[in-house]
Amino acid sequence: MAEMTVDLMSVERRLWSGEASFVLARTTVGQVGIMPGHQPLLGQMEEAGVVRIDGTDGNSITVAVHGGFLSVSAERVSILAEYAEMSDEIDTDRARKALDRADGSDEEGAAARARAEVRLKAAEASSR
Amino acid sequence: MAAQIRVLRRRIKSTQSIKKITRSQELIATSRIAKARARVDEARPYAEEMTRTLSELASNSALDHPLLVEREEPKRAAVLVVTSDRGQCGGYNANVLKEAERLQELLREQGKEPVLYVIGRKGVSYYRFRKREVEESWTGFSEQPSYEHAAEAARTLVAAFMAGVDDSGDGAGEDGVQGVDELHLVYTSFKNMITQTPQARRMAPLEVEYSGGISAAAEPATDTEDEEQQNYPSETDTKGLQSIYEFEPDPDTLFDALLPKYIGARLYAALLESAASESANRQRAMKAATDNANELIRTLTLEANQARQAQITQEISEIVGGVDALATAGSES
Repeated sequence: MAEMTVDLMSVERRLWSGEASFVLARTTVGQVGIMPGHQPLLGQMEEAGVVRIDGTDGNSITVAVHGGFLSVSAERVSILAEYAEMSDEIDTDRARKALDRADGSDEEGAAARARAEVRLKAAEASSR
Repeated sequence: MAAQIRVLRRRIKSTQSIKKITRSQELIATSRIAKARARVDEARPYAEEMTRTLSELASNSALDHPLLVEREEPKRAAVLVVTSDRGQCGGYNANVLKEAERLQELLREQGKEPVLYVIGRKGVSYYRFRKREVEESWTGFSEQPSYEHAAEAARTLVAAFMAGVDDSGDGAGEDGVQGVDELHLVYTSFKNMITQTPQARRMAPLEVEYSGGISAAAEPATDTEDEEQQNYPSETDTKGLQSIYEFEPDPDTLFDALLPKYIGARLYAALLESAASESANRQRAMKAATDNANELIRTLTLEANQARQAQITQEISEIVGGVDALATAGSES
């Protein structure tokens, strides 16, 4: 099976790097699924989104990504996230509390709400 | 005599407790340098990837973003000074502030009015003492900066810069906010454990450091890292490299979103380097202080022992003298 190198990095550190067969992400325009040999692509990621990386070893990684960019070439995918959390690092209780606390009426509250939702979604997706 | 010994003992004791403090500060600083340097390394892949992405984009977009274009009549220039929150780090703050003064002097000569933004408590108090106006300041994270801090400062600066787009003459423009026309950064770059130099850099209008290797045709790979302040050319070469990239959303929107992030990432890198430099300076200063305390304790102990010995000798001679006197008095009677 063809494979590609995937680098997932946040501003502060490199989160994950390895071989993968499939990457699912959401840009501001829409969802993209990337397989090896994809056309070169530069995209802006959604302000709060879930990224799934299927490693070649059969493991699948789910990450909550808050804003960032996606750069794809035939055998490389780089995800530049402003903030990113691996699903197993996410504290679901805290996220749930943040979701309850977040007030969706103003802009800031809505952003916080979206972030919390994404965290929960990522955590759920990986536990399934 | 007895009083002198007491004074000496007291001084020895206080020097010893000072030494304890400086010694532990030294150890803390040492461990922090290692941590800060590790974080600089960890942040590098992102910065490299960011540069790569920007290089790809630069050859595909109009490059007329306000952050890239030189203003015709720059009037106000923002200067962001990165200092530390705590003292006891040798000449670290003095050097940065001196460099900042030099930059402001230069800006004034060019007819631009410097507007101050400060990071770190030491810088804030420096300017407050001199009653100089500081537009905005951030404190409390100089030793362990996180990206959030850098992003916050970058947001404020970029907002001020964008507000300066429509400024006319001396007054504020249509938006009623007087912005700035240039962004400068003064920080301490960490070369190695021994050398840290204060540096002034221009952040905007932006000089993107295009990576040469990937887009071979997109010359020139301008390496302006260490160039002088005013030598920054607005190099926006668009020829060459027909890219086969697909963009989501379109290149211009993408570029608009990417540039502020790029400034944030560069600011974050500068903060990390400053933090490493601060710790290195502190470690050196505290090492010297500990050595001095040791030396002081040694001489003071010597003096105290001498005084003690002198006291004993005097007491003995007093007793012997007294006995002698009594003996003579007894034999006479």
